[in-house]
Amino acid sequence: MKILVCISHVPDTTSKINFTDSDTKFDTNGVQFVINPNDEFGLTRAMWFKEKQGATVHVVNVGGAETEPTLRKALAIGADEAIRINTPATDGFSVAKQLANVAKEGGYDLVIGGRESIDYNGGMVPGMVAKLIGANFVNTCIGLEVEGDKATAIREIDGGKETLKTSLPLVIGGQKGLVEESDLRIPNMRGIMQARTKPLNVKEPVDANAETNTVSFQKPAPKGAVKLVDSVDELVNLLHNEAKVI
Amino acid sequence: MKPDLFEAPDYYNLDELLSDEHKLVRQAARDWVKRDVSPIIEEYAQKAEFPEQIISGLAEIGAFGPYIPEEYGGAGLDQISYGLIMQEIERGDSGVRSTASVQSSLVMYPIYKYGTEEQRKKYLPKLASGEWMGCFGLTEPDHGSNPGGMTTNFKDKGDHYLLNGAKMWISNAPFAQVAIVWAKNEEGRIHGLIVERGMEGFSTPETHNKWSLRASATGELIFDNVKVPKENLLPNKSGLGAPLGCLDSARYGIAWGAIGAAMDCYDTALRYSKERMQFGKPIGQFQLQQKKLAEMITEITKAQLLAWRLGVLRNDGKATSAQISMAKRNNVDMAINIAREARQILGGMGITGEYSIMRHSMNLESVITYEGTHDIHLLITGLDITGLNAFQ
Repeated sequence: MKILVCISHVPDTTSKINFTDSDTKFDTNGVQFVINPNDEFGLTRAMWFKEKQGATVHVVNVGGAETEPTLRKALAIGADEAIRINTPATDGFSVAKQLANVAKEGGYDLVIGGRESIDYNGGMVPGMVAKLIGANFVNTCIGLEVEGDKATAIREIDGGKETLKTSLPLVIGGQKGLVEESDLRIPNMRGIMQARTKPLNVKEPVDANAETNTVSFQKPAPKGAVKLVDSVDELVNLLHNEAKVI
Repeated sequence: MKPDLFEAPDYYNLDELLSDEHKLVRQAARDWVKRDVSPIIEEYAQKAEFPEQIISGLAEIGAFGPYIPEEYGGAGLDQISYGLIMQEIERGDSGVRSTASVQSSLVMYPIYKYGTEEQRKKYLPKLASGEWMGCFGLTEPDHGSNPGGMTTNFKDKGDHYLLNGAKMWISNAPFAQVAIVWAKNEEGRIHGLIVERGMEGFSTPETHNKWSLRASATGELIFDNVKVPKENLLPNKSGLGAPLGCLDSARYGIAWGAIGAAMDCYDTALRYSKERMQFGKPIGQFQLQQKKLAEMITEITKAQLLAWRLGVLRNDGKATSAQISMAKRNNVDMAINIAREARQILGGMGITGEYSIMRHSMNLESVITYEGTHDIHLLITGLDITGLNAFQ
């Protein structure tokens, strides 16, 4: 089985978010980047397929050279090969088109993406990739088994789970549940060393115009001061007369 | 114990001096410490117990002999990577870092540098995987700063050596399978011997009641007519320079490790100073607290630069023992002072096990003493710059 794991290079969740250029660009100064958590669950599941079922695992990312450390980390964790599509990740559609091209050319059986990236939270890419390459698609995937060309996927639905039978080629939008947080892997020193010699191929992008453009970003208003109240009566009074919520 | 919220300070953008690979190495070690060390270490330190599960963790991430070539089970990384790993582990606890330092610099290093090919193949992979743990016997009850005066000795008995003597303050001794023991031959020349647990007459009683490095195991090595096979002698270097070469490697790791302990204390104190309210404002707004914090970050930044430059020199094979000595002394002294100041910022909370500061503070009392005391390192620098020997 040939697996392609799509990796987004996203700011760490503890990063302080700021914008530049009149609030049109994300300020990357001092920001630490990580593998998108939803993608990391998928990558870890892919490593399981590699170790238990002999799958080959490639990772792919759309972005500039600054995203390569994220791909190297994926290689250090155990992916066999990395591909970087050399163009900035602008909107969901343009990213999906680039990924679909790689997925098609590489003849992958399984494409694992994250349900959404934690930076822009578009949540569109895996579905679009599936459509563009004509593969089956399971979103919000929290469990995946593959046998031959048949797959059993578990999908999170409101208040429960749905188990689906489908076949390869398949695209999933993965999330926690594919593996648990305690299964996530920290690359070890030997893995980091070996990642040096694994291929990281830079691929030029195909034509894909962004369908949306950012006009501006706005941060939520800062939280107001906390008011401490001494009694339930006073709380009810404030909620009723000041906050006007009850 | 509070959740580990550590954020590493980098006031001078020193990350720009590191490669992407260095940063990945550091992040991996940091992630491991947050996941496997921080949640448990306080409890083990309080109980004065060595967390044995740490051995497989250290082995798994590759903290045993990261610069030993891959063919012997290491990772083949450079010296800066080694330093960064030590920094991150000591950020968690100096005792855990000591366990890793001893295994890497004092056991694997001499076998790799001074051992035969057979010795390398026999011991290094098992030491890298943590299957075997090692310790290093140089210090004796009556010979600490003056190791050349050692009395532990071995005699050539034809088909084996007969080893007698005792070593003290030996990290990892109580559970080590392998001991690198420095002893004098009949001519008074110092040689390294590989002594294995189970050899008759070899025992390792544990040292109890330490107020420092409580989560690491310390003991003695006692040799009572131990028959050591001749093939267990490290043949490629002898004299005091042989163990001192190992200490260069270990001291280099300590120079980085101490930064980790200091960063943890500073980060804790900085966060606390912004949250703790007194007189209607955060204590971080008071000038005396700011003075402490400002001096801490300044000293940490200087220590980071020192360690990084030393790493570059070591990568080029150009770092002198005296340069390593200076970094060990400066950085540990820096860390112990920061731990003390940070403890004061936290007031009464600083003495509790809720925070890591007091543990670091107590640990650093050992770190400033072992691998050359602070005073001895001053004399090493003194000798280096004056050419005049204050030891004799």
